[in-house]
Amino acid sequence: MNAFLDINIHEKRHGARTVLRGFHLGLRQGEIVSLVGASGCGKSTLLSIVAGLDNAYRGALRLDGRPLTGPDADVGLVFQAPRLFPWLSVVQNVVFGAGKQPDLARAEALLAEVGLKGYGAALPKQLSGGQAQRAAIARGLYLAPRVLLLDEPFSAVDAFTRMRLQDLLAQAARQRGLTVLLVTHDIDEALYLSDRVILMDSVPGPARAEFAVDAPWPRERRAMAGSLLKPAILDSLHEAHAI
Amino acid sequence: MERQAIIIDAPPSLRTRRRRPGFPLGLLLPALALIGAEAGVRAGLVPASLLPPPSAIYQALSWLLDNGLPGHVAASTLRVATGFAAGALLALPLGALVALNRRADAILDPTCQALRAIPSLAWVPLLLLWFGIDEAPKIILIAIGAFFPVYMGVVAGIRGVDRGLTEVGLLYRLSPFALARRVLLPAALPSILTGLRNGLSLAWMFMVAAELIAASRGLGYLLTDGRESSRADIMLAAIVLLAVLGKISDSAMQAFERRQLAWRDSYTARETR
Repeated sequence: MNAFLDINIHEKRHGARTVLRGFHLGLRQGEIVSLVGASGCGKSTLLSIVAGLDNAYRGALRLDGRPLTGPDADVGLVFQAPRLFPWLSVVQNVVFGAGKQPDLARAEALLAEVGLKGYGAALPKQLSGGQAQRAAIARGLYLAPRVLLLDEPFSAVDAFTRMRLQDLLAQAARQRGLTVLLVTHDIDEALYLSDRVILMDSVPGPARAEFAVDAPWPRERRAMAGSLLKPAILDSLHEAHAI
Repeated sequence: MERQAIIIDAPPSLRTRRRRPGFPLGLLLPALALIGAEAGVRAGLVPASLLPPPSAIYQALSWLLDNGLPGHVAASTLRVATGFAAGALLALPLGALVALNRRADAILDPTCQALRAIPSLAWVPLLLLWFGIDEAPKIILIAIGAFFPVYMGVVAGIRGVDRGLTEVGLLYRLSPFALARRVLLPAALPSILTGLRNGLSLAWMFMVAAELIAASRGLGYLLTDGRESSRADIMLAAIVLLAVLGKISDSAMQAFERRQLAWRDSYTARETR
């Protein structure tokens, strides 16, 4: 298979410590893949590498056949924290990556899509945590990337807001045919959103296990939480991380 | 299928509530001090030759007003403004350069830190030797005083910028210049403005040091004149004027700071009831 996003990391070190070694992952176009694993297993490092924020590694990345060598217009990233610029209004944050003539109407439409209609002129300090994360998602979508990287984007919000944001993201990604790589600690979230769940090992190496989530979209949240895959993933997590 | 509607929250009101002006509590201590001093001198507890009562200081101020006070105030204010502007205009780019460029940091910062440790008065003889007793040594001394707080504010501000924000800038492929302009400098603004405020305050202090030594006009000169003629009322009048002018300039800077940092979500002390 020729992957749309091809990730091949031979080695990534943080000082003397090897974080990733011999890790390969290919994503099909429009596929949503979740990376799960214990803290420190290299999930977020992998996302930083794919986003082009970390170039100190041995390996190669390809997107639609072309090499990825740094931050790329086709790759968006939503961080764990919203990371909005506090001195810019919400709409200015959304268009931050645009050139000199940003499309404010498109930004406002995106804000409406994420449930923040009328918030364009607000400052980030006037938003709740969930609202700020929605603005960050709108920023991630504004430049119409083909790949969206998500680094535990819902971990800092309450359970109800998390469900709303998951639905919002799933809708936005499926409608746009986005290829999504999601880092999460939440197995239910991974099962609800993804086409595949990749379990990373605690020791640097290839993926420990891979689980195909064969369920049509839209999905029933309770049914996904009761999926037989969940105990299988949890068992693998226990084995991989001896938790 | 589960409901997937997005609930739209009501947008926030962007208007800020105006606080009703109340009694300016900052005047309480000076008012009490003035009343205490007046009463103490009138009761004979303190000799008026050492501590003239506020009424005598007021009379001295009235007399000075007809005898060249505006000229003295203008001379001092102009020196502070010129020296502060020169020091700050030099410190802003130099601080940014040191904070943004490792080589510049290695070359310039150790020297700046060593110069910062020199007491202000140590410069005076050298400046007098080099530039005579005209305006230049006074302005340069004030500029030296204003330079270091601004420099420190810029360096500390840029170095303290949240790495997460710079990563967003890098993600959007900003050039180093654009990253500095659009992310680092705005994020460092609170520290830079604190540096400017401290620099302005030190500029007033250095102005007095400069005028005490060699001046024929200015509030520092009034202090020397009062000492030489044993007029404590004139000295205190000059001190009061220095306090008032320093407070006015600091309040103006504080208002500018508040306006520039309206976006900041920081702790503000609330009134306790």
